[in-house]
Amino acid sequence: MQRIGVFVCWCGSNIAGTVDVKAVAEALKNEPGVVFSTDYQYMCSQAGQDMIKEAVKEHNLTGIVVCSCSPRMHEATFRKTAAAAGLNPYMVEIANIREQCSWVHKDMMTGTEKAVILGKAAVAKVNLNTPLTPGESPVTKRALVIGGGIAGIQTALDIADAGFPVDIVEKKPTIGGKMAQLDKTFPTLDCAACILTPKMVDVAQNENIRIFSYSEVTEVSGFVGNFDVTIKKKARYVKEDVCTGCGACLEKCPMKKVPNEFNLGMDNRSAIYIPFAQAVPKVATIDPNACNMLKNGKCGVCAKVCAAGAIDYTQKDEFIQEKYGAIVVATGFNPISMDKFDEFAYSQSKDVITSLEFERLTNAAGPSAGKLLRPSDGKHPHTIVFVQCVGSRCDACAEKGKEYCSKICCMYTAKHAMLTRDKYPDTEVYVFYIDVRTPGKNFDEFYRRAVEEYGVKYIKGMVGKVTPEGDKLKVQASDLIANKQLHIDADLVVLAAAIEPDQSARPLATMLTASMDTNDFFTEAHPKLRPVESPTAGVFLSGACQGPKDIPETVSQAGAAASKVIGLLAKDKLTGNPCVAGSNELMCNGCSSCANVCPYGAISYEEKEFRMPDRTTKVRRVAVVNPAVCQGCGACTVACPSGAMDLKGFANSQIMAEVDAICK
Amino acid sequence: METNKYLQEEIVRISGVNPRKCMRCGKCSATCPAYDEMEYHPHQFVNMVENGDIEPLLNSKSLYKCLSCFACIDRCPRSVQPAKLVEAVRLAVIRQQGANHMTANDVPAMIDEDTPQQLLVSAFRKYTK
Repeated sequence: MQRIGVFVCWCGSNIAGTVDVKAVAEALKNEPGVVFSTDYQYMCSQAGQDMIKEAVKEHNLTGIVVCSCSPRMHEATFRKTAAAAGLNPYMVEIANIREQCSWVHKDMMTGTEKAVILGKAAVAKVNLNTPLTPGESPVTKRALVIGGGIAGIQTALDIADAGFPVDIVEKKPTIGGKMAQLDKTFPTLDCAACILTPKMVDVAQNENIRIFSYSEVTEVSGFVGNFDVTIKKKARYVKEDVCTGCGACLEKCPMKKVPNEFNLGMDNRSAIYIPFAQAVPKVATIDPNACNMLKNGKCGVCAKVCAAGAIDYTQKDEFIQEKYGAIVVATGFNPISMDKFDEFAYSQSKDVITSLEFERLTNAAGPSAGKLLRPSDGKHPHTIVFVQCVGSRCDACAEKGKEYCSKICCMYTAKHAMLTRDKYPDTEVYVFYIDVRTPGKNFDEFYRRAVEEYGVKYIKGMVGKVTPEGDKLKVQASDLIANKQLHIDADLVVLAAAIEPDQSARPLATMLTASMDTNDFFTEAHPKLRPVESPTAGVFLSGACQGPKDIPETVSQAGAAASKVIGLLAKDKLTGNPCVAGSNELMCNGCSSCANVCPYGAISYEEKEFRMPDRTTKVRRVAVVNPAVCQGCGACTVACPSGAMDLKGFANSQIMAEVDAICK
Repeated sequence: METNKYLQEEIVRISGVNPRKCMRCGKCSATCPAYDEMEYHPHQFVNMVENGDIEPLLNSKSLYKCLSCFACIDRCPRSVQPAKLVEAVRLAVIRQQGANHMTANDVPAMIDEDTPQQLLVSAFRKYTK
């Protein structure tokens, strides 16, 4: 028989306001096994914990029930208290009488009644608790960063700096991500390439970092500290270690009419290409959908002109297996498609562009060599209309757009408008806004400068429609302050398209068993206190995959994720969760039901010899659980038809005892 | 004030529109082809209903300048549906006793060769209790 102590917490008035804590302590005194019962204002305080330790000593307690807040909050605290008092920490049970009782009830009577029932259930469970000891697992001292944008680059550099090896997997032929496509960066207006490309070079030269470019993660198994990852290195038909990046093949390639994705299709590239001059790795890649040699075996020019002999048309996708201790997701974002926004005539006119296209148009390495020219006729635009919130802040019932604010658009639009007025003072620049949101260091000052110094015309209101007419774009819009409908003849319309997580994020989340929100942004373990960790142990979040972010924020989050990874990799061993499944071999009939439902692949089978009552032996197939892989979800215990599977710490008998206690 | 409160609730109920969803972007008014004809523009309509400022709307000719083209409904990023509010206010007007906007006697004067029958029937239905 256990000797159980019950400790009822007031949580100030959080619990005591709606639950008669003294009555609860009194009622639980009479439960089987309970030898001591008391209440206190703040059980989690040092004084409260000391009270528990004293009681353990004084009453020789073997089990503890704390009636308090959710176990998510303080289970760990009270387990430590128990351990300090010499008890096995798994002899502690929490009855959640705050979140599941006092906070949801208004009536003292009902609240108290429910608190007593929850307490009784916990007591019933502790009566069947057994001491558990967690196992240990080793930590693979290598990190994987998925995504090679500024988020992934910064995370990888910071982890590598601490002395741990890091691999970056980037699906494009080069790292750099969206930032490499930008012209200037707000609010200081330094050139994106000038601050990004040195970091890309650092990555390439860092001995601790390996770059898997043009590669994707295809399979992830294992658990924190011990992930097994399969990386697909897509065939680029160029030997990465031989190519010198001289570019001779690009010049000679006869297939020059392939839309250049780096310039968002505003100009063309050759079938064999290097995305941009500062690409890392600076290695050519053959686009298999455009290359004549790969499509029908007719050409081979690049192989002839390559002095290094790097071209290999027979190259195949390569699969690499690697072990990692931690995984950082840095898959980033994309602007949403403008297909559903017909009112802005994006598909009808080349002169209606997105903001990212505008970045390329003003970038010295862009399709117009940095001259702001209309894509349709190459003329200088004199009137430019910027439209904000295109697809952001939409109602959930609306057929198009996203519910959230994309966060970066107000600032980059101010930047575009300011730079345009600075370089081309003869240009009229209108910005249509719903709200201007500029929280951030020196952000609002930046926006005000665009208005006050550069004379950008900010108009509160939205553009209703854009109609191409001749070489003009007729813009019909609201000016809500003047209570007028405006008609502007524009030469260029720039849409601040909402941003969304990259398409690769959802399948990746499934592989990682990491959770996502309805918008496909990765969910953090705690929105305030654990912002760079996924609820899945060993998986960390960096950059816009977690929510819209600008560069300064991305870089700080990237550093934070790196520090969490370093903290993990610095450990030699990880303490596991002892609440894992185990099968009773005598009852198991080897039916495989448990292995079929196990989401972690923790169950295998082995042939085992059993002695029969008649002294003969029989070989039977039985389930074996790998405790290091098992996450204790309990799916197998439910699926097992013979009741052989049980979860330590949450045994079927314990759960039934709790139900009985509630129903009594 | 009491009547206004009642009318406001009625209009919200008839239209099925929640004016509180409006984020004041003005895209409805930006898109409205009858904007210049209107005394109160679509975004003001939404705002006035939200504030219970119904009386001026009941007496405004804006009610009949709305083309019911539903461009505002299509473009509204918040699914507020301003045209449905306009329609609801129109209904509120004609539901008041003796406030028919159109009587049977008015019809003959409107008939000419180019006017489709259907238009008259639907107008009669729309503006008469």
